[in-house]
Amino acid sequence: MELNSQAKEPVIDVRNLTKDYLLGDIVVSALRGIDLQIFPGEMVAIMGPSGSGKSTLMNMIGCLDSPTSGEYYLDSLLVSDLHDDELAVVRNQKIGFVFQKYNLLPRVDAIENVALPLRYSENTSSMRQRAEAALQSVGLGDRMRHKPNELSGGQQQRVAIARALVNQPAILLADEPTGNLDSQSGKEIMDLLLKLNQEQKTTIVLVTHDPNVAAHAQRIVQLFDGLIKAPEAIS
Amino acid sequence: MKFWQALKEAIASLSANKTRSFLTVLGIVIGVGAVIGVLSIGQGAEASIIGQIESIGTNVIYVFRGNSAEDVTNPKRLTTSDADALSNRARAPHILNIASVLSGQSRVRFGDESAQTSIMGVAENYAEVTDLKLSEGTFFTESNVTNRSSVVVLGPELAERLTGRQTELVGTTVHINNYPFRVVGIATAKGGNQFSSPDMDAYIPITAMQLRVQRQSVPNAVDFLLIQAQDSQSIDLAMQEAKAILRASHRLTSRQPDDFTLTNQEDILSIANSITKILTIFLAGIAAISLLVGGIGIMNIMLVSVTERTREIGLRKALGARKFDIQLQFLTESAMLSVFGGLIGIGLGWLLGKIVGAIAANSGTPLVPEISLNSVLLATLFSLAVGIFFGWYPALRAANLEPVEALRYE
Repeated sequence: MELNSQAKEPVIDVRNLTKDYLLGDIVVSALRGIDLQIFPGEMVAIMGPSGSGKSTLMNMIGCLDSPTSGEYYLDSLLVSDLHDDELAVVRNQKIGFVFQKYNLLPRVDAIENVALPLRYSENTSSMRQRAEAALQSVGLGDRMRHKPNELSGGQQQRVAIARALVNQPAILLADEPTGNLDSQSGKEIMDLLLKLNQEQKTTIVLVTHDPNVAAHAQRIVQLFDGLIKAPEAIS
Repeated sequence: MKFWQALKEAIASLSANKTRSFLTVLGIVIGVGAVIGVLSIGQGAEASIIGQIESIGTNVIYVFRGNSAEDVTNPKRLTTSDADALSNRARAPHILNIASVLSGQSRVRFGDESAQTSIMGVAENYAEVTDLKLSEGTFFTESNVTNRSSVVVLGPELAERLTGRQTELVGTTVHINNYPFRVVGIATAKGGNQFSSPDMDAYIPITAMQLRVQRQSVPNAVDFLLIQAQDSQSIDLAMQEAKAILRASHRLTSRQPDDFTLTNQEDILSIANSITKILTIFLAGIAAISLLVGGIGIMNIMLVSVTERTREIGLRKALGARKFDIQLQFLTESAMLSVFGGLIGIGLGWLLGKIVGAIAANSGTPLVPEISLNSVLLATLFSLAVGIFFGWYPALRAANLEPVEALRYE
């Protein structure tokens, strides 16, 4: 059922989404009506200059923030109406985050870092094994007991990717995943993401301002002043 | 998140900052230590005082000169004639025995060793009334008292102090107030019978006391009388009889108040009890303030920790932590800090009690500090409560952070 419907049903379905912020007394519209569908197995890059609303959109897609109006279906679930704790469960189960600054816990080793999302899941059985498998899949099988400060930037980002994948989420959300890396490590990370997308059919949403990174995506969404600028160009 | 996981994470995060955790906990350590120490010393003192008072026997009535409740001018001294009057079986059928006591401080010397201690001038029935047992020899006799014999019964500790032993001392000579006294007996250790340590006392005939140690302006004067009632049920009747007899022998009119005070064990016990209780509560209250200060210290550090770990909190929320999970994490840390401090504090308080007990024992007051299971449980629960109470607000602040804001925090 899933395989058949995946082709038609978008995993991310955003309809007329808006987000207003209050800056002092002034209402700032960060998003002014976004419509966006992303289908399973796609790799999509969201681009735009700073202030275009791409971070806001990313927070919306990642269920870190609630929209002012509009609807957002994630994996056919209407998440735009959910409460904080319900959103936490959605983030845990359906979304894998990869951040620009890795955001690993410095005190604990790679396995513990990768297992962190599992601690907040219902199913806490065989946490270590699942974390180990995720680390194997990003090619860090030999660095499992290392703490973040014993790993290179590229390796740390791999740990972060393993952490994002450990709960087998519906989408992987990467915010400038190569922003803190040298070009070689950046290339390795992009290769890893591409491999995940091609071999595991992982749906990946990239937020970046780097055209070289965006070029890896099948589709680029350009944001400008809170709106999607041009018809989506397919690379 | 499951509780044991929160516990594991709390241990990891607290041990990552050992110095800070230790300093934070110090306030609780000192607070709990002080409370436990004071309580244990208080309980020890109470037990010691009760033990000393009870060791004399529960059916004994004390008679002192003067009356603190009424305004009495020029109260008559108690004398041996009072004791004789009280010995009248016909007028006082519930009184079994009377012991007159004339006490004073003097130097007791044996060879080169000497000690300043209480000399108790008593009659031959003192041993019976106060249940004083001898480990060696016999108590002096009625004829010793009549003849003003220079004989002495030594308390065991006094004997030890003077001669280095407690046996084979009968027949030796000690000097009291520079008069030679022949040792006729050694008392067994009692741990206490009045408010001083009786094991350091020396007992001599009251007549010899008047003659050799403490000359009195009033002949036959005594410091206090001990009345032994027939049994513990007849104490009240014996007290009424004693009151009537003493009023008559002091020639008091019906309008004059008593110029003496009668107390029994229970009165003294309850007074002693309430004094130690009030002191204990007072001191424990002061100690509890430092516990409060310790709690504020924990709150302060937890707030710092929440601010420092804002990004971590944001990350955890992004990875699926609910508000409750974050709150649990920080509450576990603060509770663990304070319980850890509480446990160390219990150890510290125990040590404090031991030290005070050792000092007290050295100065001749038997005091065994007691740490009851109750006070240990109370201290543990109380420090847990302090941790949760003062950790609540920081944990709530952490739980209510917006994930977007927290992740952006530099």
